[in-house]
Amino acid sequence: MSNPLRIYVPVKRVIDYAVKVRVNPAKTDVDRSVKHSMNPFDEIAIEEAVRMKEKDKKIEVVAISCGTTKSQETLRTALAMGADRAVHVEVKDDSTLQPLAVAKLLQAYTATQENKPDLFILGKQAIDDDASQTGQMLAGLLNWPQTTFASKVELEGQTLKVTREIDGGLETVQAKLPAVITTDLRLNEPRYASLPNIMKAKKKPLVKLTPEDLGIDISPRILTLKVEEPAKRVGGRKVDSVDDLIDKLKNEAKVL
Amino acid sequence: MLATTARIAIQARPFISQRFYATGAGASTLLLVEHKDGLIGGATLNALSAASKLGGSITALVAGDAPEAVAKQVAKYDGVSKVLTATGAAYANGLPESFAPLLVEIQKANGYTHLVTGHTAFGKNIFPRAAALLDVAPISDITGVSSEDTFVRPIYAGNAIATVQSKDAIKFITVRGTAFAAAEANNATEATVEAAPTAETSDATQWLGESIQKSDRPDLGSASRVISGGRGMKNGENFQLLYALADKMGAAVGASRAAVDAGFVDNSLQVGQTGKIVAPELYIAVGISGAIQHLAGMKDSKTIVAINKDADAPIFQVADYGLVEDLFKAVPEMTEKL
Repeated sequence: MSNPLRIYVPVKRVIDYAVKVRVNPAKTDVDRSVKHSMNPFDEIAIEEAVRMKEKDKKIEVVAISCGTTKSQETLRTALAMGADRAVHVEVKDDSTLQPLAVAKLLQAYTATQENKPDLFILGKQAIDDDASQTGQMLAGLLNWPQTTFASKVELEGQTLKVTREIDGGLETVQAKLPAVITTDLRLNEPRYASLPNIMKAKKKPLVKLTPEDLGIDISPRILTLKVEEPAKRVGGRKVDSVDDLIDKLKNEAKVL
Repeated sequence: MLATTARIAIQARPFISQRFYATGAGASTLLLVEHKDGLIGGATLNALSAASKLGGSITALVAGDAPEAVAKQVAKYDGVSKVLTATGAAYANGLPESFAPLLVEIQKANGYTHLVTGHTAFGKNIFPRAAALLDVAPISDITGVSSEDTFVRPIYAGNAIATVQSKDAIKFITVRGTAFAAAEANNATEATVEAAPTAETSDATQWLGESIQKSDRPDLGSASRVISGGRGMKNGENFQLLYALADKMGAAVGASRAAVDAGFVDNSLQVGQTGKIVAPELYIAVGISGAIQHLAGMKDSKTIVAINKDADAPIFQVADYGLVEDLFKAVPEMTEKL
């Protein structure tokens, strides 16, 4: 175990959560020429790591992103939120980069480091592919414990106590470091980066690598054959009163 | 956690027309069974229906500290030809550090073409870890089976539907429960039950405890009617209005993220991209504006009703019936008149 504690936070650049995505005319992908930002769950991951650092100044927080050159904007955001340094694994086209490849890249990067991380904090899912896989795969490859969908994290020494969001409510698990956490929405409220911190972030170190440097084959295992618009709903019909509504539900929709 | 009989009754919708997608008998599938308090749950029966579409044989795996009773239940389902049991305290609470090596050992011994389970907190936690150990890219949250290697799944919060093809020899698949009818028990044929190959268990994580929301209302994920409240409910006490209506209708109660974040109700009631995905016969959205992330969790409902005083709320664009009125007037009136 290394001292001080070292936390790696993988972050992903995705289409902004507020954008209504559209399928491209060729039906091969969605239109990506829209506003992008950091995956919301990854903001929560960075925030959690930075809060740990605020409790123990010796903690180092490393933001990592795999993607095109534009991923560096996302890394700068992470640095402005309080990460100490950044690692960019650059790929030419990140539309085919999949969770298994990202998990392998993260594992391979970890293996190259003399001072190993003690903790990975990832978002529970990216809001583009909605896969919810990378953290679990990384934990498997590293053979570390995983505490996914975390809504509360307590770190005491080398022991992690995590409250997890499960289907009927919550459960609490405990693991020893090194470990992998994935964040749920309820974990924290991410901060906004202030202008001075954005300026400072420009001077923080950012290391660039490629999948080839790490010896990882990132070719997709899953091919996307087509992407389509979901079936449209014909909504928009208004009723005048509760009586009218009950009548329609009983006699027209027949669901009451 | 889930009332099995209720699930079957509610979810037995006609999907007959989609039953003949399977391309051959080459598939051999392992179904990981989720269970709690002696009941099969967690979209397992829906995943079984999805597995049936692959053709070929289906083996079910029941792991737990005492899996026998659940194994006997599973054995009665149509399509299940064998049930494997893995017994041990390490399997009592779904910890992936023990479940993943178990799946790997069973896969190595029996060479399945597909491993299938529900896309639930349990399934999502275990399957990617196990897949990575076998160097396989899993496919999450499928809503359709096109062939043995080609599946349909929503992306971007359901705003696009992708058809994807796996190049891996083994397919790890988690299934969206609401997209497939629940399988039904058929007492005529009972599958054989035998012990699974043993695997090393792990004590890397310790399960400390849980707090489960107890409710007499139907389970949110499988209810045929759902009433959800949003920010417009103003506080937690006002959810009583929805509970009263829900009880009258035999409905489950859900909530938008705004209502959960504001502390009106528990997290486990959240419907949306990051909460539960529901597809009931009737979904009534009360005081919910209809953000993309919320629509992702309910827009496959058969009939959608919106009650909102803001006539411009996006929810009205997807609602089959919209009532522009103050919920504090409309909901009690509806409860009274039903």
